[in-house]
Amino acid sequence: MRSGVIAQKVGMTRVFGDGGEHVPVTVLRLANCQVIGHRTKDKNGYVALQLGSGTRRTNNLTKAMRGHFAVAKVEPKRKLAEFRVDEKGLIPVGAEITADHFVVGQFVDVTGTSIGKGFAGGMKRWNFGGLRASHGVSVSHRSIGSTGGRQDPGKTFKNKKMPGHMGVDRVTTLNLKVVQTDVERGLILVEGAVPGAKGGWITVRDAVKKSLPKDAPKPGKFRLPESAEEPAPTEPKVEQEGA
Amino acid sequence: MNLIQQLEKEQAAKLSAGKEIPDFKPGDTVIVNVKIVEGDKARVQAYEGVCIGRSGSGVQENFTVRKISYGEGVERVFPLYSPMIESIQIVRRGKVRRAKLYYLRGLRGKRARISEKQDHRVGDSDAKS
Repeated sequence: MRSGVIAQKVGMTRVFGDGGEHVPVTVLRLANCQVIGHRTKDKNGYVALQLGSGTRRTNNLTKAMRGHFAVAKVEPKRKLAEFRVDEKGLIPVGAEITADHFVVGQFVDVTGTSIGKGFAGGMKRWNFGGLRASHGVSVSHRSIGSTGGRQDPGKTFKNKKMPGHMGVDRVTTLNLKVVQTDVERGLILVEGAVPGAKGGWITVRDAVKKSLPKDAPKPGKFRLPESAEEPAPTEPKVEQEGA
Repeated sequence: MNLIQQLEKEQAAKLSAGKEIPDFKPGDTVIVNVKIVEGDKARVQAYEGVCIGRSGSGVQENFTVRKISYGEGVERVFPLYSPMIESIQIVRRGKVRRAKLYYLRGLRGKRARISEKQDHRVGDSDAKS
């Protein structure tokens, strides 16, 4: 299992394919996505990578977080996330994951926080039909209608779909195709829409329901910080570039 | 310039490399040479009509061309940077006072004419085709 990355949603645009067809794409940017720490079987009971992305001013950090970043010898990060990997999938601490971690044509799952809609009615939130426009309906054209039975069961069942807060949920979109990657600017272009607003933080992982292409780099594609002395190789077949 | 605009600009430059996209406006009569793929053979078909509007911006810009074909009005929307467009030629420049000439849809024959744009400026010969 390979690690995912943290990316920032930039916005949508279109690219043209070879046959002249147009492909709507979402542009995701890797903002200095670096490995902050490891979670190991001995110490934590599971194996994972902690990644960080973005930038943050040091004086806005708690001392505890400052220490945490100091141990990893990385700049403070805005967003932290863990990705479960297998033991071979560990990437050295401080390494920056590059956009060609994902190969063009592979499928990814993308998780983000959806745009907030506030307190929404049943029609918007659950696609209810509402009431009729005429035939005596008064004031309640967008109401949800009945919510339950009569004397039996004598109550409204739990989880009945009703008006309430909508949006700001964790939403995962499965199987988006990677159309293009740009290593220099750290851009990943995926086909279709990605949950969340522009500038929102997104996690991108290999698709769980599609097989990974054979040429996908394992444990990942990354570049090591220049100051770091020869790091302990965690995996012999690591393709390192520009270290 | 933000990143999306930057990307669109690069994309537009890549797509328009080797072909010139003329500066045409709504009201102009244009010939659009469209590539058509039939099976494994490709040929070019010309589509001539009046440009009745341009919409969108950057690489996402489209234009609509209207013509009367066998007595039936036909409108086609082309992406400006589409690789399926081989070339665009301006036949005639029209004088119009709208950005979108949707009023032409309700007009037929003589009423749907657009007068030609006159350019009387001296020494500016390339402005008029």
